[in-house]
Amino acid sequence: MGSYPAAFLVGGLISVIGQILMDMTKMTPAHVMSTLVVAGAVLDGLGLYEPLIEFAGAGATVPITSFGNALVHGALSEAEHHGLIGIVTGIFEVTSAGISSAIIFGFLVAIIFKPKG
Amino acid sequence: MSKSTGQQREENEKKRRYQQLTKKKRPNPPIVLNSVKAFVIGGLISTFGQFLMNFYVSIGFTKEQAGNPTVATLIFISALLTGLGVYDNIAQFAGAGSAVPVTGFANSITSAALEHRSEGLVLGVGGNMFKLAGSVIVFGVVAAFFVGLIKTLIRMI
Repeated sequence: MGSYPAAFLVGGLISVIGQILMDMTKMTPAHVMSTLVVAGAVLDGLGLYEPLIEFAGAGATVPITSFGNALVHGALSEAEHHGLIGIVTGIFEVTSAGISSAIIFGFLVAIIFKPKG
Repeated sequence: MSKSTGQQREENEKKRRYQQLTKKKRPNPPIVLNSVKAFVIGGLISTFGQFLMNFYVSIGFTKEQAGNPTVATLIFISALLTGLGVYDNIAQFAGAGSAVPVTGFANSITSAALEHRSEGLVLGVGGNMFKLAGSVIVFGVVAAFFVGLIKTLIRMI
């Protein structure tokens, strides 16, 4: 899954979509990121994001769109075993590694480093 | 003392004209150049992610398992570069190219934590960490909830 050229191409193109949204619509970065996450969740709901990962590997899993995809994935796999309540319990199942490590490393860096400027 | 209404009106008129002028003079962002930069940097970060993924698969992770250590490694590197002040320089050049990958998510959390460090660990670091990343999580979770709900209900029928 995913060759280097495919990862470069797809990862680059998703970033370009973000850049164009920022430059042409005057959306703030926070608006663009939120839009991309929702897009990733909806694309996964339509069954379109998994084929993209199959093709591009990290090119599809590294951009923030994959966060939405992973949230849906966790919710669906848990819902399969435990019914509707699984949607709530499973939502962070796949994304836990990303959120937890971002909190932990972010906290440690804030303690160790001095803010610049 | 409050100004007379005539003076006030005159000032407002001046302000309005100034705003119109700056709107006209403000250069349009170089969309093509920015897109090329975003493409290259976003592509390179993803390629590096692919390299990490291949590495974790080669030391025994399955394809599905390799995603977690890959993301964690990217986040660690991004947090470190943010602390060193390097990531902000990359971001200035790359725009969305460094914001859209998961490293940008980590950068927003780390830089918010650093920026508010002086307000203390609880109110500063803890309270502001998700100032920028929070909306991504909120909208991601709400969207995922409804997508998950719809898909699960369809499956149940």
